[in-house]
Amino acid sequence: MTVEFTLNGRQVSVPAEPNTLLLDLLRDHFRLTGAKRSCDVQVCGSCTVLVDGGPVSACTYLAHEAAGREVLTIEGFAELPEFEHYASAFERHAAVQCGFCTPGFLLTLKSLRDAGDLETEEDIRHGLDGNLCRCTGYRAILEAARDIGEVAA
Amino acid sequence: MTVVTGTGTREVGRSRTRLDAREKLRGEAMFTGDMEVPGMLYGRVLRSQHPHAEIVSINTSAAERMPGVAAVLVGRDLLDIDPYYGHAIKDRPIIAIERVRFSGEPVAAVAAEDEATAEAALAAIEVVYEELPLVDTIDKALDPAAPLLHEGPIRPGLFHGLGNLGERDGNIGYRYRLDSGDVAGESAGAAFVTEGEYLFPAVYQYAMETHSVIADWKPNEIAIWASCQHPFLVQAEIADLFGLPIGAVRIQVPYLGGGFGSKSYTKMEPLTVALSRKARAPVKIVNRVDESMVTSRRHGMRCWMRTTADADGTLLTRESRFWLDTGAYMDNGPRVTATAADSAPGPYRWRAVHIDAMCVYCNTAPSGSYRAFGATHLQWVAESQLDELARKAGIDPLEMRRRNLLRPGEPVRPDGSGKPLDADLIGDVERAAAAVGWDEPKGPLVGRGVSVGLLAAGAHPVSRASVRMRADGSVEVSVGTTEMGQGPRTVMAQIAAEELGCSSDRVRVLGADTRFTPYDRSTGASRSTTLAGKAVQNAAAAVAAKLRETACEVWDVASELIELRDGKAAYGDLEMEFSEVIAKRFGFTGGEIIEGGEVRPMGGDTGSYAEGPVFWEVCVAAVEVEVDPELGKVNVTRTATVADVGRAINPLLVERQDEGAFMQGYGNAMFEEMVYRDGELINDNLLEYRVPRIQDLPRQMTSIVVENEDGPGPHGAKGCGEGALAAVPAAIVNALGDAGVPITQLPLTPERVWRRLQDLSEPQSTEELT
Repeated sequence: MTVEFTLNGRQVSVPAEPNTLLLDLLRDHFRLTGAKRSCDVQVCGSCTVLVDGGPVSACTYLAHEAAGREVLTIEGFAELPEFEHYASAFERHAAVQCGFCTPGFLLTLKSLRDAGDLETEEDIRHGLDGNLCRCTGYRAILEAARDIGEVAA
Repeated sequence: MTVVTGTGTREVGRSRTRLDAREKLRGEAMFTGDMEVPGMLYGRVLRSQHPHAEIVSINTSAAERMPGVAAVLVGRDLLDIDPYYGHAIKDRPIIAIERVRFSGEPVAAVAAEDEATAEAALAAIEVVYEELPLVDTIDKALDPAAPLLHEGPIRPGLFHGLGNLGERDGNIGYRYRLDSGDVAGESAGAAFVTEGEYLFPAVYQYAMETHSVIADWKPNEIAIWASCQHPFLVQAEIADLFGLPIGAVRIQVPYLGGGFGSKSYTKMEPLTVALSRKARAPVKIVNRVDESMVTSRRHGMRCWMRTTADADGTLLTRESRFWLDTGAYMDNGPRVTATAADSAPGPYRWRAVHIDAMCVYCNTAPSGSYRAFGATHLQWVAESQLDELARKAGIDPLEMRRRNLLRPGEPVRPDGSGKPLDADLIGDVERAAAAVGWDEPKGPLVGRGVSVGLLAAGAHPVSRASVRMRADGSVEVSVGTTEMGQGPRTVMAQIAAEELGCSSDRVRVLGADTRFTPYDRSTGASRSTTLAGKAVQNAAAAVAAKLRETACEVWDVASELIELRDGKAAYGDLEMEFSEVIAKRFGFTGGEIIEGGEVRPMGGDTGSYAEGPVFWEVCVAAVEVEVDPELGKVNVTRTATVADVGRAINPLLVERQDEGAFMQGYGNAMFEEMVYRDGELINDNLLEYRVPRIQDLPRQMTSIVVENEDGPGPHGAKGCGEGALAAVPAAIVNALGDAGVPITQLPLTPERVWRRLQDLSEPQSTEELT
């Protein structure tokens, strides 16, 4: 079986078993390792990628569910002009430490901002509740997210 | 809020952007699990479901016949080596041999061409167990009739550093005592006494990246890529296990996805090497979360403590006995036990102290290091007794601390051994208290608490580093510190750049590769900036001396007149780029300057723990809470933590470390708990084991960076990033006590708090364990 979808703006067609997870396909076949495996149960958000603009946990998302859709990983996002707006905020606030969760946070923030759901601090606290970070204690990420969403402190 | 006292530096003291930020943001940073080695197989581990059993037989033939399976490893494959390891005590076999001692212990491992095949092969392995009596709790382990989990003489590990290990005493694997003065005599006339029993559950570090290893065994060299915090200790243990010289074991450490102690010392490396040896091919093992949860955790603890004071609140005596559940194997249990004992008296003046700390084997998964170990266990107990005495004596808890806290220069250990106090604790706690509105009026069920403690930090002061300036003037720092998020690749660059008179932008700090990187003992105990940083500073200073030496030859002036600034050597109006200095030194384009730096203990050479610590890490916090009486929910409304760092090399990174430690302390205090049933961990996943989320972030949070330049590291720096974790649970417990809800068991779940409120509202309430 093959699955066809758009990956970081490029049309791809790859063999995939019915039970292949999107995360494994991205990491093993495409060698896109920015999405990380951690909790395996859709809690930690470190495997987050965007499918048609919305965040999904690639660890519990079948590769075939992506058929005909647009998948954006951190590697693709990093090539977009708007990425600088996000990355510089994270740098300014030292919101990246070990970096394992960081791609997931950035992609979730992009989906929130694109959907107009990054306008208040409550939006940030609600919208990022599905991404775990063990290093920062979240304050740095909250501050970076405020900058990204141009939310008043 | 930053209190700055230092001046005159260009790189040090500035919040430089992390040098590793970009590649991490772009998803390009490589972690062990992201790496592939040509010809690599995938390993999966069959783990015992029984916490204590004899292995009657293992049949691997069906698994071995499966297509795609390269090797199946079991205990009998290790008959040609001494397969026991453990840096403190050699008590752990690489894979179970004849007996399993915890649920989750590896009994077999499969190497196959892909993970699915390896996983399927695990299901084809038949193991017959005969269950043995279960010793799954501290109480059962201490029963004189309990079966012994380990027998025979204690075998010291390569890095035990514990002095005389003594004789085996039942299931007590290690014991550490502090004894000073006559407790009975000094407490006889005490005006105030408090005494109680306390429980702290096992908790999990949850580094986002699970333990991950790639190993490639060859007869004369073993190559390893691993998520390890202490590559040089792992290197030595692997060499010892597999009979190779240390230099024939090469460990490369990519970025780590968090550590927090869970990746300290040797973890999955020996098993992965043994599997590679059997398969004759490189093998990668990446734990799942449930597997990492039985690879390392924080010790659960039962503690009894008694504290006395005289009528004006002057402290008299403290006694404590406590037992730490180290699980089936010692791992870092002895060090955790000793550090906990050091934290038990707290930084106060005592007439007499008696502390008896015991590390107990149980049929549970091994416990090891978790950020601020020992101090986190004891500080909340010790500090809640201080508050209770203050309440009984009618003294404000902050005033109670002012009266009794040690001053800089006073001995910390009651017997006067080791490092005297190297911090202004009264100043620290006053700042923290002020930040949560200590003297402001408060409503019912609102409480404020402070806590003060010390963490024996620095581990062993043995670090080397090298600094290399290339022909173009670019700089590389080789230092064994593991970058696990705390920021050493940035901080070390700043330290080197300061000595060299250039921007940290031109400095690259490399990850450890034991083939080339100079020795560094470990990345833990808040030691890196202080000790490895000092080695980097010394190495950079030696490179700077060489630059000056050449410049003074060229200009024919005394070397002390030469200044290094902005990447140039300068004398008056004369300037030379570093690249030009190097070209002059060697007479043509090319060459380089490479120098080493060293840090080693001054004084004693016994390796005894008692000579330390390198510095006392300050653990100070203040918290305000509000209790919801209907739901038992504790709302943490205001917090302040103190990072008393001597000198902040990078102030923003210090604050971020402090905040991260705060949040882990919050999780430990409020809801984290590993739940065992008959020796089996039943909440071994992130759905049932809750860690802090962004919703938990308090609305008002202050991180106070104190810089008194009183540390032994570069520019007066000392380590940070652990203190808040020990201080925060204690401050929350004390704030809750101040709100009228004293509690003696963590975590502070709504149910526990609600039940305590019900008990307290009943007239015949007792002071039983809650």
